[in-house]
Amino acid sequence: MVSKHPLPEADEQVIASRLAINAASTERLLTGFIQNEVRKVGFERVVVGLSGGIDSALSAFLAARALGPKNVLALMMPYKSSSPESLADARSVVEKLGIQSRVVEITAMADAFVAQCKPSSDKRKGNIMARTRMIVLYDQSEDFGGLVLGTSNKTELLVGYGTLYGDMASALNPLGDLYKTQVWALSEHMGVPQAIISKPPTADLWMGQTDEGELGFTYREVDEVLFQLVDERYSEAELIARGYDAGFVNKVARLVASSQFKRALPIIAKVSARTISREFRYPRDWGR
Amino acid sequence: MKVALAQIAPKLGDVHANLETHLDLIKQAKKDGVELLVFPELSLTGYFLEELAYHVGLRVDAPELQKLADAAGADMAVVAGFVEETAGYHYYISGAFIEAGGIKHLHRKVYLPTYGMFTDQRYFAEGDRVRAFDASFGRCGLLICEDIWHNSTVSILAADSANYLISINSSPGRGVVTGDRTLGSSDAVEMLNRMYAQFFTSFVIFCNRVGYEDGINFWGGSEVIGPDGECLAKAPYFEEALVCAELDPSALRRVRINLPLLRDEKLELTVREYQRILQERYGQ
Repeated sequence: MVSKHPLPEADEQVIASRLAINAASTERLLTGFIQNEVRKVGFERVVVGLSGGIDSALSAFLAARALGPKNVLALMMPYKSSSPESLADARSVVEKLGIQSRVVEITAMADAFVAQCKPSSDKRKGNIMARTRMIVLYDQSEDFGGLVLGTSNKTELLVGYGTLYGDMASALNPLGDLYKTQVWALSEHMGVPQAIISKPPTADLWMGQTDEGELGFTYREVDEVLFQLVDERYSEAELIARGYDAGFVNKVARLVASSQFKRALPIIAKVSARTISREFRYPRDWGR
Repeated sequence: MKVALAQIAPKLGDVHANLETHLDLIKQAKKDGVELLVFPELSLTGYFLEELAYHVGLRVDAPELQKLADAAGADMAVVAGFVEETAGYHYYISGAFIEAGGIKHLHRKVYLPTYGMFTDQRYFAEGDRVRAFDASFGRCGLLICEDIWHNSTVSILAADSANYLISINSSPGRGVVTGDRTLGSSDAVEMLNRMYAQFFTSFVIFCNRVGYEDGINFWGGSEVIGPDGECLAKAPYFEEALVCAELDPSALRRVRINLPLLRDEKLELTVREYQRILQERYGQ
């Protein structure tokens, strides 16, 4: 997609360099994360839904390197309208890594929901598909004896571009603190197939859908704004004063605030003196 | 003098398992002739405890600490980190310097970070003193993690004639910066270690932990810096290790003759100016 929100020229290089990562350090940190957080809860294996896109490909690469290819199960879950190229790209990851794989068609399952629920929008239908895949993923994780590995990146999580309890569901997520542009950089470093890196990102819920088309901005544009708002704590006003498009900056900030509920557990009505997660606060790795 | 850094990954909230790790490493280090073995901050409990802190607190006379003292024996000192529970049920992030059968010095973390990812002060009481002490091999100071981000603590210890600054840490890794550097947070701490060694012409014995807690990594990279700023030993990043360094105490004499910074330090001037600042800020 052509950039609709060109960045102030002076900023572009500076910010690109501030967003840059040390790929070797990052790989080490994330493979260590997977090894540690999987093994200390008594597992050796993970299951990852492989869409053919870059996020799930990178998650699979990290998992294969961390746990060994035999301990990674890639699930390909095409719907009848999914593009055949997506499945071919997913298979190329499986072949390159030598990981285990299964194809579970979700058409019959999702269509049963569609027939009963009669979704009136692409959004509802997309959510049904994402949640159907989640059910398959968790069911297969039980069968395979592996934890579900997440694939949501920081950009999607911050703007709320994901289905709650659908593609956002996982036991652990190695990518959740990496912006999409950083996912691209780490994918280059780890040898994710070039075809996957260079194709336009898509949720592949309908023909011709692209993330950037649907969102109305490119990942490069939004990452530069998000990085400065979130990581560097610049205010919206400061970015606008430096020449960023006001409408765009405000829109991004609004998306972040309005999707906060997707990044939190369901809220609990406080009744007792010691409420879960208010006063009853324990690390998840309790005793691990 | 042989110093060893036990760069471990404590099990979160499991004192028993961590004590076993300590005892194993003490045994191993004793075989290697180590005179001072240093474990990281909260080495007996893990770091991001939240309310687990109240489950894992130890009194200073706890049998677990005595076991460390017994294992270390007469010819080795051990520094370990633990949650200290007092008789009044205050909980401190404490470091014990154990030598000759018991705790020779106890340091309670003074600076409890509450910014960013940190929540120390929600659960723990603040220490209220910074004092050097005499170990068998020389005069030492003991600080815990955030304490070293306040140069006043190290200045006090230097004024109190500490020659060996022992710094125990649970420093989380963050900021995957570019170039040859590893992490933003490791860069910053390594700079502090060298700066303190040079400013105070003292040994800096820095032990950090590794492992992950709820997705947060600890970067390791434990090190010993000599009084001239030279790195004498360096542990790997992210991996468990027991790293030994040979310290030559005579380096203190040579470095301080060449660079008599501590001799020339104007303690009275510093105190006088601080008192003036306090007077101006709080006087009538």
